[in-house]
Amino acid sequence: MRKVKNPELWFLVGGLILLGGVFLADHLLNRYLVHILILMGIYSITTVSLNLTNGYTGLFSLGHAAFMAIGAYTSTLLAFPLHLREAYELPLLPAFLGGPEHSWPFFLALLAGGALASLSALLIGLPVLRLRGHYLSVASLGFMVIITTFAKTLRGITRGSMGINAIPSYTNIYWTYLWLFISVYVIWRLVNSRFGRAMLAIREDETAAQALGIYPMKYKLLSFVVGAFFAGVAGGLYAHFTKAIRPLEFSFFLTFQIVTMLVVGGMGTTSGPIVGAISLIALRYVLKPVEEGLQIYGLIELIYATLLIVIMLWRPEGIMGKRYSKIG
Amino acid sequence: MFSLGYFLQQTMNGVILGCIYALLALGMTMVYGILRLINFAHGALITLGAFFTYFVLVRFGFPLVAAIFLVLGFGGLMGLVLDIVAYRKLRGGPEVALLITSLGFYTFIENFMKMVVSPQPYAFKAPSYLTTIFKTSFLTFRTIDIFVIGASVVIMWCFHLFIKKTKMGIAMRATAENLEVASIMGIEINRVISVAFVLGSALAAFTGFMWGAKYGQISYDMGFLTGVKAFVAVVIGGVGSIPGAMVGGFVLGLAEILSTAFLPTSFSEYRDGMVFAILILVLLIKPSGIMGVKEEVRV
Repeated sequence: MRKVKNPELWFLVGGLILLGGVFLADHLLNRYLVHILILMGIYSITTVSLNLTNGYTGLFSLGHAAFMAIGAYTSTLLAFPLHLREAYELPLLPAFLGGPEHSWPFFLALLAGGALASLSALLIGLPVLRLRGHYLSVASLGFMVIITTFAKTLRGITRGSMGINAIPSYTNIYWTYLWLFISVYVIWRLVNSRFGRAMLAIREDETAAQALGIYPMKYKLLSFVVGAFFAGVAGGLYAHFTKAIRPLEFSFFLTFQIVTMLVVGGMGTTSGPIVGAISLIALRYVLKPVEEGLQIYGLIELIYATLLIVIMLWRPEGIMGKRYSKIG
Repeated sequence: MFSLGYFLQQTMNGVILGCIYALLALGMTMVYGILRLINFAHGALITLGAFFTYFVLVRFGFPLVAAIFLVLGFGGLMGLVLDIVAYRKLRGGPEVALLITSLGFYTFIENFMKMVVSPQPYAFKAPSYLTTIFKTSFLTFRTIDIFVIGASVVIMWCFHLFIKKTKMGIAMRATAENLEVASIMGIEINRVISVAFVLGSALAAFTGFMWGAKYGQISYDMGFLTGVKAFVAVVIGGVGSIPGAMVGGFVLGLAEILSTAFLPTSFSEYRDGMVFAILILVLLIKPSGIMGVKEEVRV
């Protein structure tokens, strides 16, 4: 990894440029383009957070949609306007969460959504991450099925398959890119620290890392929990952006999209996930008229899958990745 | 409601679902044992097999025996194609590359089917000789039920003989034990892996046929959850153990049906969730499964 002098300064400069760019985009571009930009931002956050587990620590999680669902439902329920609660048959908050007179501010609701996603990652990670191999892939996929089942069946809280509508659209381009900035910074700091080096060591060879005195469980859990936090936040942003959530949306295909973005962009790189998310969302909006015009539904997914296979076969390090020679 | 007849009926349903999981788990554990690959594309083969037999058997009215051999051949061919086109190129690289590629293949095939056969589920109207109903005093069953159980027993027996007695079977076990050493001993690894893919995929396609004929409905996304559950069966039985895969299949099938049958009806919505709850329980209590052995890890 190339050492950049004074990286914090670069982040500050980058943040200011980003702020300026977002401000210009908000004022100059039309609503449709801003809409796409927000979506790109939200997907970037999820892909960046997935990168921590799947890219740096080498744990292939397929449960990202579940963490997004947890974040989306939690933040929606906490921040839902009071006067609509009754009309939508949503429960009033219990006293310790603000009681019937208060709904949470958006930012705190997002944090709570992220925190709950983290907590569930901890609970699912404790049994599963003790094991080697790709058990996590199947277990996290199973976790996603369990979460969507709960979202469908706990009708008193989630309104079941109907989903929740009329969510206030708190998410704007500033919130989105603020969170993108935070997630990139936090994960970058984490990866370029003692913790990150331990994670990379575990990815390269768990047994060897263990022999060097790294306790794998701790770092695997840490990356899983931090990744889940930002996925939860992104879920909350997503809910307050699309204004409606249903259990069905947080399905395997959502996870698959994020995985594809990550792999196409480049696993284990800082910029890869963002490049992947932006280019695949752009591709989706280019293909959308084609799919609808020709009435062949599934075309976008088909092309995503083809891209994933092509990248894996011919450029497994992704667009932004560097090719390393394998030793041993 | 909870009479002996009801219990037997549900047990039979569980055994049938168990047969299906067991056959799928066989194919999965074979591939996983050698390549450490959770082959998500295995699930897509279920869908392909189901639609293939739907067209051959229901639309074109082929005789049953011909349909069986055609679907086995078709599945095997697809497995071979996937292996040659993609998996072979990725061997020796990181294990995760195989996993991602198989995920890509699954989604590719699912959406290809969605485009070709439409997103609506199809009614699989099995020929009448498969749906004749027999009623005894305590059990009601159709010909297809006997067919599923009988065919599964035959296949498992043949598979057992293959893996224990034939040269290829022994080579396969050796490869699963240690790929590099096996290749030094003069085993053609690529051929062994191809055979594992061909056999597993043929079984998966055949399972798709049984699924359609038994449950009467097929859709473009039917294979996903079924395929993943088959891997759950592998884990329950013990990763790397072939008898374990079969045992795991039956345990999972029975657990899924009996928990739906004997818990209050409001729990039936949790059926899929239950399967994965079982997985997490197994991983928590005995990660090596019922018949698995603990793996030794070297740097």
